Amino acid sequence: MPEPEPLIEARRLVKRFGDFVAVDGIDLRVRPGEFFGFLGPNGAGKSSTMRMIGCVSPPSAGTLRVFGRDPVADGPAIRARLGVCPQRDSLDEELSVRENLTVYARCFGIARREARRRAEELLEFVQLTERARDRVEPLSGGMKRRLAIARALINDPDVLMLDEPTTGLDPQARHLVWERLFQLKQRGVTQVLTTHYMDEAEQLCDRLVVMDRGRIVAEGSPRQLIDEFSTKEVVELRFGNERTDAVAARLGDRLTGCCERQEVLPDRILLYTVDGDATVDAVHQRDATPSSVLVRRSTLEDVFLHLTGRTLVD
Amino acid sequence: MVRGLLLVRLARRAEGRTGRVDRAGRIGRVGRVGAVFLRDLTAARNLGEALLLATGLLEPLLYLLSIGFGVGGLIGEITLADGQRVPYPVFVAPAMLAASAMSGPFMESSIGFFAKMRFRKLYDATVCTPVTPAEIAIGELLWSLAQASLFALSFVVIMTAMGLTTVTGALAALPVAVLIGFAFGGLGLLLATFLTGWQDFDYLGAAVFLMFLFSGTFAPVEDYPTAAQVVVHLTPLFHGVSAVRDLTFGSPGWGLLVHLGYLVGVGVLGLWLASRRISRTLCR
Repeated sequence: MPEPEPLIEARRLVKRFGDFVAVDGIDLRVRPGEFFGFLGPNGAGKSSTMRMIGCVSPPSAGTLRVFGRDPVADGPAIRARLGVCPQRDSLDEELSVRENLTVYARCFGIARREARRRAEELLEFVQLTERARDRVEPLSGGMKRRLAIARALINDPDVLMLDEPTTGLDPQARHLVWERLFQLKQRGVTQVLTTHYMDEAEQLCDRLVVMDRGRIVAEGSPRQLIDEFSTKEVVELRFGNERTDAVAARLGDRLTGCCERQEVLPDRILLYTVDGDATVDAVHQRDATPSSVLVRRSTLEDVFLHLTGRTLVD
Repeated sequence: MVRGLLLVRLARRAEGRTGRVDRAGRIGRVGRVGAVFLRDLTAARNLGEALLLATGLLEPLLYLLSIGFGVGGLIGEITLADGQRVPYPVFVAPAMLAASAMSGPFMESSIGFFAKMRFRKLYDATVCTPVTPAEIAIGELLWSLAQASLFALSFVVIMTAMGLTTVTGALAALPVAVLIGFAFGGLGLLLATFLTGWQDFDYLGAAVFLMFLFSGTFAPVEDYPTAAQVVVHLTPLFHGVSAVRDLTFGSPGWGLLVHLGYLVGVGVLGLWLASRRISRTLCR
C-alpha cells in the first residue's frame, strides 16, 4: 500500500525575523490520523513553525505544503480546514462562552443554526455546558483553555493545531485536557502539538521532533527517541548535604564501569544504564554511600535534556 | 431601549445576510467581512452600548443648541463669501452633522481598533480562520459606519424638524455624512497601525478637537488668515463640512465634486494602506 499523502510537508523551511533565524531549515511530514509533536525549550522555533503551518506567517525560505496547497497563495482555503488553539487563548472577553463559539463559526461560513448545534455539542465535550451563558473573564485557566480547544474544533478541522495546550494549568486541568485530546485522537483527528512537557509528549504523541535553536535535533516515536538517545533505565543518587561535585571528585572514576554514562547535577548524580538494579549493586560494592537511591525508567526528559542541554534558555 | 431593540433586529438581519454560507463552511469575502461585523454587533449588544450610542447623538445636539442657537441668538444672520445671508443655526448645524460623522468612526477605527489588535489580541484568533486582515479592517470600518449612520439619521431628522434644512437637503446630506465617516474611518485605521500606546491617544483627541474647531465649523473659512486657510483646505473635515453645507442650504456646484472626491480618496487610500500594514502586524 502506498503511503498516504502527507497533510503537512515542509522542506528546508526557514523563518527569519530580521537577522534572527527562528526556524533554520527544517524538514517534516505529518500524516493523516497522526498525533505529531514539537518538543523543545522556549525559543526553539516551535511556535514560529506552527504559525507558518497555520498560514499566519509567511515562510522566509524553503517549501511548505498544507493539504498539498501553498500557505501564501491559498491561506483562506487552508485555514478553513485547520483548527488552531493559540498559545494565548485570545478568547473574546466581550462575548459569552457560547458566543465565542458561534461568532467564531461565522468566520468559517457555518450557518447560524448549525453553528449553534456544534457549539452545544462542543461545550458538552469540554464540560462547559453549565457556563454557556457566562462571560469568559471569570473562567478558570483550565476552562478558558478548554473553550479555546472547543473553538478550534468548531469547523470540524482536518488538522488540530495546539500550541502548548496545557502550559500554566494545574494537574487536574491538564489531565482533563489530555483526556479530551486523547478522545479526539481515537476519533482519528490529526493533531499537531507543541510542548515543553516531556510527559505530555510521551503520553500523546505518535511521533515527535525535538527542536533546538531553530533546528530539528531528533525525530521519532517517544520510545524510539528514548532507545536512541538515552538508556533503558536511570539511577538517581543523592548524597544528603554533601556537594555532588565533591562526591564526584571523591569517587573519581569508581562509578565509570557500572553505567553507560553519568551526569553530575547540583543535587544528584544520574547514572544511565541498561540494568538499574545491577548498577545499584555495583554502586554499593564500590562504597559510594549515597543517602538515597532511585531506579526509574528513562523518560523523554532525559532525551530532551541530553539533546538540548541543561542551560536555561529564556 | 429602542436602540437596543433595533440592534437586536439588525443582528438577526445581518446573520441572515452575511453572504452565502453553507454547512460545509465555504465562505465568500462578503460573508467573512460580515462575520467581523457580526462580532461587533454581538459585543455591543452584550455591553449594552445603547446608552453610549445615545451620547453620540447628544453631543452634536448639545453643541447645536448651545452654540448654534445660544451664540447664534447674539449673532443673528451671517453673510457668506458669495453674499448669501443665513441664520447662524442654519450655518452651524451642517458642521455639527459632519463633525459627529467624523468623530465616531475616527475614534473607533484608531483607538478602538488599536486596543483590539494590540492589547486584547482579539484578531490573533480571527486570522486563524479564512478571514483575512483586510477583511477584518473592512468589517470594523463598516461597523463604525453603521453606528455613525444611526447618529446621522437621527440628527438630520432633528435638523429638518427645526427647520434648519429642507427634506431634500436632509436626504442628500445623509449619504455625505456616511462618506465623511468612511474617510475618517479609513484614516483612523491607518493611524491605528502607527500608535504605540496610551500617550498617543491624547494626540489623536487633540487633532480631532482642532479640526472640530477650525474646519470652518463655527465661522466661514474666508474669515481666517490666508495661511490658516491653506491648512484648513487640506483637512478632510473641511471638505465634509463644505459638502454638507452645499447640500443643506447652499447651491451645489463643481466644488461639491471636489469635496466628495477628496473624502473618497482619503478613505480608500487610508483603508488600503491600513490593510497592508495590519496584515504585516498580524501575520508576521
